[in-house]
Amino acid sequence: MENSTLSRPQDIRVDLKLIADMIAPGSRVLDVGCAEGTLLSHLVSTKDVDGRGIELSQAGVNACVSKGLSVVQGNADSDLVDYPSGGFDYAILSQTLQATHRPKDVMEQLLRVGKKAIVSFPNFAYWRCRTYLAFKGQMPMTSSLDYAWYETPNIHFCTLRDFTNLCADLNIQVEKSTIVGNDGEILSYSYDSRRANFFGAQCVFLLNSAG
Amino acid sequence: MSIIPTEPNHHTVILAKDTPMPLDCGAMMSDISVAYNTYGKLNEDKSNAILVCHALTGDQFAASRQPLTGKDGWWSIMIGPGKVLDTDKYFIVCSNVLGGCMGTTGPKDINPETGKPYGIDFPIITIGDMVRTQALLQEYLEIPTWFSVIGGSMGGMQVLQWASAYPDKCFSAIPIATAAKHSAQNIAFHEVGRQAVMADPEWLGGKYLEQGKNPRAGLAVARMAAHVTYLSESALHRKFGRNLQDRDSLTYGFEADFQVESYLRYQGINFVDRFDANSYLYITRAMDYFDLAEDHGGSLPKAFENTSTRFCVVSFSSDWLFPTSESRDVVRALIAAAANVSFVEIETDKGHDAFLLDTPEMLQTIGGFLKSTAISRGLDA
Repeated sequence: MENSTLSRPQDIRVDLKLIADMIAPGSRVLDVGCAEGTLLSHLVSTKDVDGRGIELSQAGVNACVSKGLSVVQGNADSDLVDYPSGGFDYAILSQTLQATHRPKDVMEQLLRVGKKAIVSFPNFAYWRCRTYLAFKGQMPMTSSLDYAWYETPNIHFCTLRDFTNLCADLNIQVEKSTIVGNDGEILSYSYDSRRANFFGAQCVFLLNSAG
Repeated sequence: MSIIPTEPNHHTVILAKDTPMPLDCGAMMSDISVAYNTYGKLNEDKSNAILVCHALTGDQFAASRQPLTGKDGWWSIMIGPGKVLDTDKYFIVCSNVLGGCMGTTGPKDINPETGKPYGIDFPIITIGDMVRTQALLQEYLEIPTWFSVIGGSMGGMQVLQWASAYPDKCFSAIPIATAAKHSAQNIAFHEVGRQAVMADPEWLGGKYLEQGKNPRAGLAVARMAAHVTYLSESALHRKFGRNLQDRDSLTYGFEADFQVESYLRYQGINFVDRFDANSYLYITRAMDYFDLAEDHGGSLPKAFENTSTRFCVVSFSSDWLFPTSESRDVVRALIAAAANVSFVEIETDKGHDAFLLDTPEMLQTIGGFLKSTAISRGLDA
C-alpha cells in the first residue's frame, strides 16, 4: 500500500529538473530548504548561477558547505526576513512549503526576496490521497510522505486548488506551472483545471508578484 | 622572562620602524616587536597563506611546543600535515597579539622613555590595533592577500575586524565561536577577572615587575573564573560531577574536596607561569571595547558592505559565552550585505572551548569550506 502512490527518488529528480528548467542561466538563486544541496550544485554546475541556500539540519549544511555551496543554517519561517528585498532573481522553495509554520508569510517573503519564486509541493488532492483517506479512513501515507500523522514534519498540507487560491489572495501571479503525475510524467492539464487537482501528484510553479 | 624559542619556524620582527602605527586610543606606537610562528611553505604566487588569530590567553605557538609549558600547540588538532589547516598545502602564520606577553610588544616590555617596564602606562589597545599590527606583518611577509583568516573567540573578533577593515586582503574568513561585540555579561566577567588581579597586593598598581613581584593569586583567580565560562554545565558535570579529589569523604574544610575545585586550581596556577597579569588586563579590555557595528554608525551590515570575502561562521550549541545568537547577528548582517556566507551551529556539550577540542563536525565543516574555497582560489590542481 505504501508504494501504491508516489515514488520519491524519481519524483524528486523530476521535480528538481523541472525547477532547473525554469531558471535562466547566470542568475542569483536562493534555495530555501536546500537539504544536501543537490539542486544548488546542479544549478551552479549547469546554469552557472550564483547560488545560496538555507537549511535546517546541521548535517545538510555540512554537506552543502563541503560541496562549496554557501549555505546558512536556519529556517524558512524565521530567517527569510533577513534577506534584502529583490536580492535574488529566484527564491526556490522545493518540497518545503508543507513543513513551514506560516506558509502564507513564507510565500510573501519568497516573493519579496526573489524577483520570482519557484515553489514545488505535493498535491494533497491527488486521487490516491483521496482514495486512501476515503477507503482506509486514515491519513494518507505514501512512499514519498511515509510519516505517520503524529510524527510528520509536514504540518500544512495543501491541495493544488488551495495553493492557487492563496496565490490569488496574495496577488501572486502564476507565470508557469507544471503538473506531474505519479510516475513523473508531465500532465498537460492547466493548473486551474479539476483534472490537474485530481491527477497531479506534484506541482511546480513559477511565480511573480502581480502588478 | 625572555623567551628564546629554538624552533626554526619561530620568528620575531620589529615593525612600524620608520612610520609609527596609530592606535585607536590616539597614541602612536613605533618599533613594535611581533613574534610569530609559521608552518608549511608559501607558494610561488603567495596565494596559500592563512592567518590564524589566537584567543585571549593563546599565543603564536598554535601548532608547536609552547616553550613555557612544554605542551603541544593550542590548535594542534587543526594545524599539521593532512589536517584541516594542511601544512602540506597552506602556509600558516600565527602571531602573538599586540599587548601580549610572548614576544610581541606588550605591557611587560621596557618603556624606552623610562627604561622600566610599561606596566599600566602601556597605551590601551583594541582588536583594531591588533589587526593593524597583523596587517603590518602581512606587508612585511609580502603576502598580498590571505587565503583565509581564521580564529575562535577573541581570534574570531580579529577575523571579523580583518574582513571589515581589509576586505581585499582576505579571500575568506572563518570566525568561530565569536561575536561582533562583547556583551554586557562578558564585560562583567572580564571586570571580575581584572579586579581579582588588581586586588592582589603584589600587583602594586601595575608596577610589580619593577619590584620583582607577581600578582599570582589574583591572576589565578581571574583565570579560574574565566575558565568556568569556557565550559558548559553539562561538560562540567560529565567531566567531574560531584566526584571527590583523592579522598573518600568530605574533609569539612576548605581544601579542594571536589575534583572540579582541584581542576580549577590547577588551571589557575598553571596559567600564571605563562601569562603576564598586565597583559591579561589589556587584552580583556581590548575585547570589551570591541563593537564592530558601533564603528560603523551602529549598522553591522555596513561593516561588511560590498565585501567579496567568503565567510564561514561557526558556533556551538552549548557556548554561553559567545552564544549562537551572537553568530546569527553576524550572519544576518552578512546576508543583509549580500555577502557570500555559510553558517553552521555545531551540536555539542563542550561549551565555548569546543573550538579548541576535537570536535569532528567543526573539522568537517571548516575542512569542507576550505577545500571548496581552495578550488575557487586555484589552489587545488
